[in-house]
Amino acid sequence: MTTFDEKRDAPEARPARRKMSWAWLGVMPFFLFAFIFLLYPSSTIVVRSFIDPNTHAFTFKNILALFGNHYILGAYWISIEISLLTSVGGGVFGFLLAYAAIRGGLPKFMRSALMTFCGVASNFAGVPLAFAFIALLSPTGMLIGWLRELGYNPYFHGFTLYTFWGLSIVYMYFQFPLMVLIIAPAIDGLRREWLEASENLGASSFQYWRYVAFPILLPSIMGTMILLFGNSFGAFATAQALTGGQINLVTIVIGSQISGDVLGNPGLGYALALGMVVIMALAIIGYTLLQRRTERWLR
Amino acid sequence: MRRGNKVWWWFIMIIGILYFFLPLVATFIFSLKAKLGVLSFQAYTNVINNPAFVYNFTASVIWALLTIVVGILLFVPTAYLIRLRVPKARAAVEFITLLPFVIPAIVFVFGLVRTFSQPPLLIVDSPVLLVAGYTVLSMPYMYRAIDTGLRAIDVRTLTEAGQSLGAGWGSILFDIILPNIRVAILSGAFLSFAIVIGEFILAQYLVKPAFAPYMAYMIQQKAYEPAAMAIISFALTWAAMGIISLVGRGNEQAQVGGGH
Repeated sequence: MTTFDEKRDAPEARPARRKMSWAWLGVMPFFLFAFIFLLYPSSTIVVRSFIDPNTHAFTFKNILALFGNHYILGAYWISIEISLLTSVGGGVFGFLLAYAAIRGGLPKFMRSALMTFCGVASNFAGVPLAFAFIALLSPTGMLIGWLRELGYNPYFHGFTLYTFWGLSIVYMYFQFPLMVLIIAPAIDGLRREWLEASENLGASSFQYWRYVAFPILLPSIMGTMILLFGNSFGAFATAQALTGGQINLVTIVIGSQISGDVLGNPGLGYALALGMVVIMALAIIGYTLLQRRTERWLR
Repeated sequence: MRRGNKVWWWFIMIIGILYFFLPLVATFIFSLKAKLGVLSFQAYTNVINNPAFVYNFTASVIWALLTIVVGILLFVPTAYLIRLRVPKARAAVEFITLLPFVIPAIVFVFGLVRTFSQPPLLIVDSPVLLVAGYTVLSMPYMYRAIDTGLRAIDVRTLTEAGQSLGAGWGSILFDIILPNIRVAILSGAFLSFAIVIGEFILAQYLVKPAFAPYMAYMIQQKAYEPAAMAIISFALTWAAMGIISLVGRGNEQAQVGGGH
């Protein structure tokens, strides 16, 4: 729609001025709702991160205390590690899967089937997901049972479902489908002419990827991986249901801080949450910037 | 594509299919083992006959329906006016509707609980706060679905036609605009439904009956019943997604959400 169209208005039945204020009045319920239930509660977190819980004075103490607390630094570190692992792992696998379905020469129906499955899988998270993996990979789970019959029990070799690696495997279940859903349009945007042109110029398959396809797809792959990072960084329900809160993730610490002041310092709890929002905001900004770069080529 | 590559792509696809189905198959088989030695639907019967399940599940359905109604009442007029009359507010509204992506649900609930658990804002125990919270969590999907729907129709001409036939704003909005974007609203509604039914954090910390917290509790208590519930939950997600792709045919939008 052009700017010209936007500016034309419905027939002038009433004086322009009154109509304008009426229209603004119409969007007020939305802003009021957003203020009361989203903006104000969220700003509470920000404001209280900078307030001394005892003296109620402005302070940087809470923020600084984050960096001096080994428990909190550990929580951030594990959250970041698990998010990096599952965003890169889920990103690479999701990309290969999407490419296989779209350009891998597989039967046509595979593509729409994959899209539907991914739509479901990326929405299938939290408590039921945790249980599905308990049924598969717990010591009495189906897959572990099969492996035991083959004479290999991963639980004798350091694997547990309820710690870092186990949780990463579970997170992958909603990570790679999200990658497939978001990266598919970018793969569609790779024109066949580019492959033909590079083949006609004598490029090998490797050279086509190295100098044509990969550089074009890279911003969009990176951007989506950043999105996956945020997706796993903010995850709570899956980890809580799977480990019963026994794993030291930032979200889990915030969860216990809601029920009671486990950190022994309310101000520190707010600063912890603020740190999360900052990391998420950086991730979303990174995604937006890279997405904008992508649109230059694809479309 | 060369022949040799095809084997490789099949291999990737098979790994993906296994990753997708194995946990579900394991859960399903496990859910059938409630009776010793035979496969049965005993666990499902136990679940459905349990009043606590019915209570929590019904509660979740009611929360979901309320969330959808509030969402429609709040977002349809806003998106409509933004498109037609106050384009200046678009940036602010889009920023707000994307905020739930930036603020993790757990942090959002943290803020809600702390803000509304002290006078004069003591409504932490009220279902109003729960439904408002769900509405916020589903906002990015619901608002965008409605906005996409409005983009596809000629809002201006429809409004002018309504006006020249003497329709008031209320009937323009609810008799003309709403029916024209029903497909978009339906897909937003079913996505919201799936989100609310699966949502764990809000109900858990606002201490309200709901399906996901009940299921998390049952995981600690029982073996086979949670498996049956996981399958029921999966079937619901599948149904919601299926309906969305049925009503919105040809519109291959990434439908992503849910409380991880």
